[in-house]
Formats: sequence, structure tokens, C-alpha cells
Amino acid sequence: MSPRSAAVRAGLQRGRIEFRQSMTNGQDLWSVMFFPVIALVVMFLLRNNTVPGTGFSLSSQSVPGVLGMNVVMNGMLALGLSLTMDREDGTLLRAKATPNGMVGYLTGKLLSRAGMAVVGLLVPLIPAVFLFDGLELGRVSSWLTLVWVLALGLVALLPIGAVLGSVFNTAQSMGFVSLPTMLLIGLSGVFYPISAFPEWLQWVAQAFPLYWLGLGLRSAMLPDALAAAEVGESWRHLETIGVLGLWAVAGLLLAPVVLRRMARRESGSAVEVRRQKAMQRVM
Amino acid sequence: MRYGSVDVLHGVDLRVHQGEVVALLGPNGAGKTTTIEILEGFRRRSAGEVRVLGVDPDDGDEAWRARLGIVLQSWRDHGKWRVGELLDHLGRFYLPYGTPRRARPYGTGELLDLVGLTDRANAVIGTLSGGQRRRLDVAIGLVGRPDLLFLDEPTVGFDPQARREFHELVQRLSELEDTAILLTTHDLDEADRLAGRIVILAGGRIVADGSASELATRVSGRAEVRYSRDGEHHVESVEDATGRVRTLFAEYGEAIGDLEVRRVSLEDVYMTLVHEFETGRRTEAPSELTEVAR
Repeated sequence: MSPRSAAVRAGLQRGRIEFRQSMTNGQDLWSVMFFPVIALVVMFLLRNNTVPGTGFSLSSQSVPGVLGMNVVMNGMLALGLSLTMDREDGTLLRAKATPNGMVGYLTGKLLSRAGMAVVGLLVPLIPAVFLFDGLELGRVSSWLTLVWVLALGLVALLPIGAVLGSVFNTAQSMGFVSLPTMLLIGLSGVFYPISAFPEWLQWVAQAFPLYWLGLGLRSAMLPDALAAAEVGESWRHLETIGVLGLWAVAGLLLAPVVLRRMARRESGSAVEVRRQKAMQRVM
Repeated sequence: MRYGSVDVLHGVDLRVHQGEVVALLGPNGAGKTTTIEILEGFRRRSAGEVRVLGVDPDDGDEAWRARLGIVLQSWRDHGKWRVGELLDHLGRFYLPYGTPRRARPYGTGELLDLVGLTDRANAVIGTLSGGQRRRLDVAIGLVGRPDLLFLDEPTVGFDPQARREFHELVQRLSELEDTAILLTTHDLDEADRLAGRIVILAGGRIVADGSASELATRVSGRAEVRYSRDGEHHVESVEDATGRVRTLFAEYGEAIGDLEVRRVSLEDVYMTLVHEFETGRRTEAPSELTEVAR
């Protein structure tokens, strides 16, 4: 067995162990479910609004977008956050001290975060099916579309999370990313179709992967007639693959460079300095 | 022989041989941690030649890393993992680097036994006491059956019993495995007890290198003379204690009181060497071990 494949295998084990830890930890589970639960409750209260130009419930139309938003939170943002936290407590330095440890660490981290992102999509979907009318999940094509959109979405989002987690030094500073992300989530047509926005704003929204992830998920879960409410009155699968694919390629090219640069700076004294800072904040 | 040996500091040779335990002593800011981080390949040096296991740490690849064990100060990582689980996981990375002479990694059970954590194998790491956590760190440092183990201030924050147990563990290690150990410490007693050789670092330079008794011999001519003169207390470190006392009485006679002459201890050796350096030769340092800004 080559050293690299041994490290990848160990990484698979790490992914399994960390996924299990998150799934059996109340706090972790709550943080995965928090946003969709709040959003679903709000949308349930507003279920009588309709999508402009149709009689379809606006709340039902928002469900796929909310789930997509949760993928962004539990995939991209949570990955970035856990990278900064792992630097503070020395987990990353431990990986650096182990032969091919970074390969194993990243494999495990990506897997466990992807797993939690999938959980964060599927679990809130169960109550959503009962609360909201019009979600079409009985079709085989729904699930096929869901699988490829989710897979491509994760490949596009996780490297961005890794880059953010490397650029920001502490969990606190990583918190600043949450705000623009929230803004982007609002912009990306999660709660309201962007075809109603001014055109320049539509272009901004379409530059980011969140819009396309939401669009893909809507195409999977909603009746085909609702494509009429989208930009271009189509689900635009080819464009979805194109934009998410571009983000994925860019992220996969950039992430290793940024991660390597970040890992090179890690040392015992760097961890110690961050620890001292963290302690000062607590006091 | 290069195998199992380490050279540090340009112009000054620090060599750690196979199976040897060397303690690196020095005041805060002397460069102990910097030295060790350069050797571990975690920092780049500005100049000078460094070889660890025959390789420049800046060029050290993963096969080189597999032969090192590293125990840093106060690690708090993997708090949610279980003790045995983490050892098993980290051991897997070393599997491809085993040789017929040196099987890698250590079996988890054997390792837990070695550090006395067998009954905590299923404990969540975050629930370990400080001493247990430290022993786990040592176990992790050992999991790849290293040729060279770095221990950075291993017993800071230990109670006396945990400290004694830890010392016994380190002694066992150096006898058992032919593992060279480089440890840094503030505790002179610890250095004396564990290390075959003691290296004293001040201002980024090695100011002394030898066994505890060799170091004592080096300054053995010196003794501490304490006395009071007209009620004012004095402490002097002198070459010829008897001569100094004779002079004192000749010059001041009745004015001298509370006379005390003390032989040097390791602590005295240490204080003398560091003081000598700090007062007399400070301009020469710090020299080789400054980090390259990146």
C-alpha cells in the first residue's frame, strides 16, 4: 500500500468517525437543523402567499432554496469554521506532524462535512413534505436531479469553504463571513424568485453558486410548470452545470495552494499565540 | 555516522546520537522552542546547516517525517475522539513506512500499556486529566515508533506524582527502543534525572554541552561565597574560595560575618553559565536561529 493511499484510507476512517461524532452530539445536530427549522416555521405561517403569475404557494416554492441554503451553511461555512477551530486547538498541527497527515485530515474533513450537509438537506425535507403542498418527490427524475445537483454543488462549495477557513485565522474572524453570506442567501432567490429583482441584481446573484444550487434543487422538487417563474422561464440545467462546474474547477485549483500556504505557517508557537489570544478574549 | 544524529547551530555542533537522551535547557526566549521547531521542520532557519536523521528539515519529505515523533506543549486537539480510536487512526499513516528492523506503527494496546492508559482506552479525550492527556500526547508521539522523539516541556503543570511517573516512562523509552530523545525543560532536576547529556542554550547559542557531572566539573573551581560585611549581604561566585575568604578576612577582619561557602549544583552551573553569557557576551547573540520571515 502506498503512503498516499494509506493516508486516504485513514481519511475515510476519519470522515466516518467525525460524522458519527456530529450525529450523536446534540449541539452539532441542533446547529445543522436550526436554520431550516426556523425558515420552515416562518414559511408555514406565510403559506398563503403565491408565486407571482401562478397559483402555487410561495412557501412551497421556497423549500428547495432553504434546503440549498442549509447545504451552504453546513458544507461551506461549517467547513471553514472547523478549519479555523482545528488550527486553534492544534488538530491541524497534529496532521502536519503525521506523514501525509494533511491528505488524511482533508479527506476526512471533506467527507464528514459533506455528510452533514446531506443530512441537513434530507432531514428537514421530511417535515417539509407534510407541511407544504406541491413538492414532487414521487418521481425518479426528482431524485436523480437531486443527487447530481447536490453532488456538483458540494464539489463547488466545499473548496470555497476550505479557502475561507485558511484565509481567516480564527473562528471569530470567520464569523465575519457569515454576514455577507446571509446577504447573498437573500439575494440568491431563496425566499423570492430573482426574476422579480432588478436586472443588475439578477446578474450579481447568478455569479454565485448558491443561486444555481437553489435553481437545481427547485428543478428537482417542484412541478415543471414552475420553471416559468425563473429567469429565462427554464430550469437551465446546462447553465447550472456550467456555473457550478466553473466554481468547482476554480475552487479545486485554488484550495490546495491556499491550504498548503496555511499549513506551512503552522507551528507549535503559532498555535500557542492563537491560544493566548483566545484566552484573552474569554477574560 | 549520520543516522540518528542531529546537528544544530552554525558553527556549534549539537549532535544527538541514536538512543541518547539530550536535554535542552535555557532561560525563556533563549531559543529552545525555535530550535526544536526548526529541527521538526515547522520553521525555516535563516542560515546554518541542520541535519535531522541525515536530512535537512526544510527538505524533509513524508518518509522522513514518519521517523520523527513530536510532543508539543499543551495540545488540546481531538477532544471528542476516544483514546484508542485516535491512536489507531494516527497509526495507520505509518503503516507503509514500517521496515523489517522497525515495525510501524505500534500496536494500540501495546502503546496504551506503555504509557499506562489501558483502562482509559475508551475514554473521550476531552475528559482526561492533565497528566493523562500528556501521556496520550507522548503515546501519539510514539505511535510511529520514531527514531527521534521531540519532547517540548513535557511536565509543565504536572503534580509531583505525575512527574515521577512520566520520568519513569521516558527512562523506559530510551532503554527499550533505541529512540533518541531531545527534550526541552525548565526543570533542572528533570534534566539531571532523564538526560545523558545537557545542552544549555542562551540567546540562541549553545553555552554548554555535556553530562551533568561534566558541566559541574567545568565550573567546579567556582564556588559560591556568601558573607555579610557590616551587616550588608554579599554573594560571590569565585574560582578560589579559600583564597577569597582569606582576602576577605585580611581586608575586613571583624566586619565579615555569616560566612558560607557552597559547592556548585546543576542549578548553580546553569545560573553561572547563563549569567556569564548575558553579561559578558550578549553582543554575539542572537545569531543563527532567527526565523526567516515569510
